[in-house]
Amino acid sequence: MKDKTKFNSAANNSQGGFLNEGLWKIIITAIGIAVIGLTLAIAVFLAVKGSATFYKFHHSVFEFLFSSDWNPQDTEAGGGNVGALIFICGSLITCFLALALVTPFSLSVALFMTEISPRLGKRLIQPAVEMFVGIPSIIYGWVGYTVLCKWIKTVFPDKAPTGMSVLAGSIVLAVMIFPTITTVAADAIRSVPSEYRKAAYALGSTRWQVLSSVVIPSAKQGLLTGIILGLSRAFGETLAVAFVIGRVRAFPTSILSPTYNMTAIIAGEMGDTMNGGEKNSALWTMALLLFIISMFFIIVIHRIGKGKKNEKKI
Amino acid sequence: MKRKFERARAENAVMTSVLYVFGISALILLIILCGYIIIKGFISFEPEFLSFNRHGIGNQFFNTVYLVFLSLVISAPLGIAAGIYLAEYSKDNAVNRAIRICVETLSSLPSIVVGLFGSLVFIEYTHSHWNLMAGALAVSILNLPLIATTTEDAFKALPQAYKKGSMCLGATHWQTVYKVMLPACMPRIITGIILAAGRGFGEAAALLFTAGMSTDINWGQWNITSKLCPLNPFRPGETLSLYIWVLRSESINPKASEIADFSGAVLILLVLLFSVSARLLNHYLDKKSGMTK
Amino acid sequence: MDKTKNIFEIKDLNFYYGKFQALKNINMNIAKNKITALIGPSGCGKSTFLKTLNRMNDLEENITVNGIVKLEDTDVYKDIDAITLRKKVGMVFQQPNPFPKSIFENVVYGLRVNGIKKRSVLEETAERSLRQAAMWDEVKDRLNKSALGMSGGQQQRLCIARTLAVNPEVILMDEPTSALDPISTAKIEELCVELKEQYTVIIVTHNMQQATRISDDTAFFLLGEMIEFGETDKIFASPDDKRTENYITGRFG
Repeated sequence: MKDKTKFNSAANNSQGGFLNEGLWKIIITAIGIAVIGLTLAIAVFLAVKGSATFYKFHHSVFEFLFSSDWNPQDTEAGGGNVGALIFICGSLITCFLALALVTPFSLSVALFMTEISPRLGKRLIQPAVEMFVGIPSIIYGWVGYTVLCKWIKTVFPDKAPTGMSVLAGSIVLAVMIFPTITTVAADAIRSVPSEYRKAAYALGSTRWQVLSSVVIPSAKQGLLTGIILGLSRAFGETLAVAFVIGRVRAFPTSILSPTYNMTAIIAGEMGDTMNGGEKNSALWTMALLLFIISMFFIIVIHRIGKGKKNEKKI
Repeated sequence: MKRKFERARAENAVMTSVLYVFGISALILLIILCGYIIIKGFISFEPEFLSFNRHGIGNQFFNTVYLVFLSLVISAPLGIAAGIYLAEYSKDNAVNRAIRICVETLSSLPSIVVGLFGSLVFIEYTHSHWNLMAGALAVSILNLPLIATTTEDAFKALPQAYKKGSMCLGATHWQTVYKVMLPACMPRIITGIILAAGRGFGEAAALLFTAGMSTDINWGQWNITSKLCPLNPFRPGETLSLYIWVLRSESINPKASEIADFSGAVLILLVLLFSVSARLLNHYLDKKSGMTK
Repeated sequence: MDKTKNIFEIKDLNFYYGKFQALKNINMNIAKNKITALIGPSGCGKSTFLKTLNRMNDLEENITVNGIVKLEDTDVYKDIDAITLRKKVGMVFQQPNPFPKSIFENVVYGLRVNGIKKRSVLEETAERSLRQAAMWDEVKDRLNKSALGMSGGQQQRLCIARTLAVNPEVILMDEPTSALDPISTAKIEELCVELKEQYTVIIVTHNMQQATRISDDTAFFLLGEMIEFGETDKIFASPDDKRTENYITGRFG
């Protein structure tokens, strides 16, 4: 009994309600909310800096998006043109071409590591794919420049004298987004319930039939999500592409011609611009466009996810 | 009927081989890629590449490690706190849904955009020159969502029994989080931090306009307020990744190409080292909890 | 019947999960230093009732509690906060749930949470509790080993020791042996009987034989109501209510 009283008084003294619970709760909640603050700050700053092109220098959104006349003045006076169509096209072409190149490959590897050879998949292929994720993008750019461009130069000496081209950019992007699409696809395939497979086998299907007619369609949403994620990453990639795309301010006439894209021009020319000048503004507008595009992709992914939830209900 | 079956079997065989080819080639591609980079890097190696001056990459290596270290010091506690908030203290209301959307947005921002934001807020508005700290803050923005998500997932994966057992003994919610749940999650969180570090090493675009593209330090200078002191976080400094970009586009150094190759090799080894450690740690953890089930 | 002192007095207790009423007008007095068993078919509310006694139900969303639960003249919902309450009313769960820490750290967790840091006090309390749980000799040489390395029965006794270390007045047990083998079950039943000298034990059990083996009083719950409550011998030999009789004789449940 003596124990008890000694213990209880200690308990009453050192409970320290506020310090043990309230204070920490406040700190942690504040940090949680600060996350919103950070994101809003980024969006607001981009919007303010990016819209100067339209308010301060009186260009139209139409001009920015659809004209290919790009020669903004590096002064506060302005008066130049800010048609960013070349860069927008450059980004679009390289990203979609990369997607076209990598999607069949990714899908195959995902199928291989989940369905065809799960042991090999788990021990070797999956770790390998995950290692790919870790490789810094600058290295893809550098290897792309030293190896890929040289190779293109030798095979197509007249069409691609420097080797830097849409093709090089697309291949580099393809290799970069390959691990993203593959891992998401593999997860999607794995989460197809085994009951579906069993039913298909029980009806006398070959493995390929099970995969193509049951597994892949069931994993559709996840696969689509993976593709959009890859696309999103490709759009935002900067230095890897800048190394190999050629940085030529012209529409590409073929996949072997060099061109320019949004991220490369920001990286290459932002540093030389005068703050508050027209060129500086125009590049900020491009950054704003990149931000809007990445938000767009997030919304698309959420839409896909919602569609999946609704489907499951039925 | 039989012919259809034969066709199906043939198709199955063909597709299986196709898938085998693709699957194995992914592995081969990785090996060739890494092998090429590492070998090329070391073939033209000259000892002076290791030096800590403008002939070598020593300074850049130091910058890389220092910058990532600084960014983790900032983003790890904040990320873990945010993750704990999402896992333990947030209810399903509008504010918390907003927080989740923000975490997702932050994690899919192109790194150049984060770099521009960083240059605006940490350089322009503070009227500073390029410095490591600004770069570290930019990289923290990139790493924060990763660490927060890892922490939240780790907390959510804990058995409910730990929380109930603790609360039953008269612990407050925070005591339960801090004394039971966080220690139990720590290994997974550390794995996440190691991965974030790996990502930080490779970061370049976010540092273009924040940390700068030159390094001018004097290893004899240990007064931390001096611009020449290596430990001064408010001095400019390019990391290995950015150095490769610099070498290629602004190189006056005749050995630029070889140095870039070597930088690439060192960078890839560093990143692989961290990737493999994270994997091994995870593997060890799975074994440890699995065995004692 | 001896008017032994009551440790819990429950009056007109009604409990809701959202719109669903899980407990209907419960009225009972639980005697001190006795073992009270709560029996009844699945979903009858006995676990819910147990959890109102130490306010573990507060951790769920959207609950409503009406009525009075008194722990020795203290209204459990009005006169005391949940944290302090749980130090007086401890709980052992169906699935043993030691923390992923060492045996020693598990036992003294409750003390640390109360700010007790002195090594000697911790060690003394740990030994006392482990002895009370009849496992001191088994673990005294491996106090620093992980608690997860023990068998299910040992883990459950460790959880009991952990609860004892906090020195509660009441120990609630929610089907503590249903996940254990017969030998571990027997050990824990023995433990309960020893514990009632110093503590009050309220045990939810699915196993009627267990109730007859160890409890002094038994309450029968059905569909959220407490149908009958009295001395165990009487309830099982000659119950007053027909529903009680049907359950006991296995007509349902």
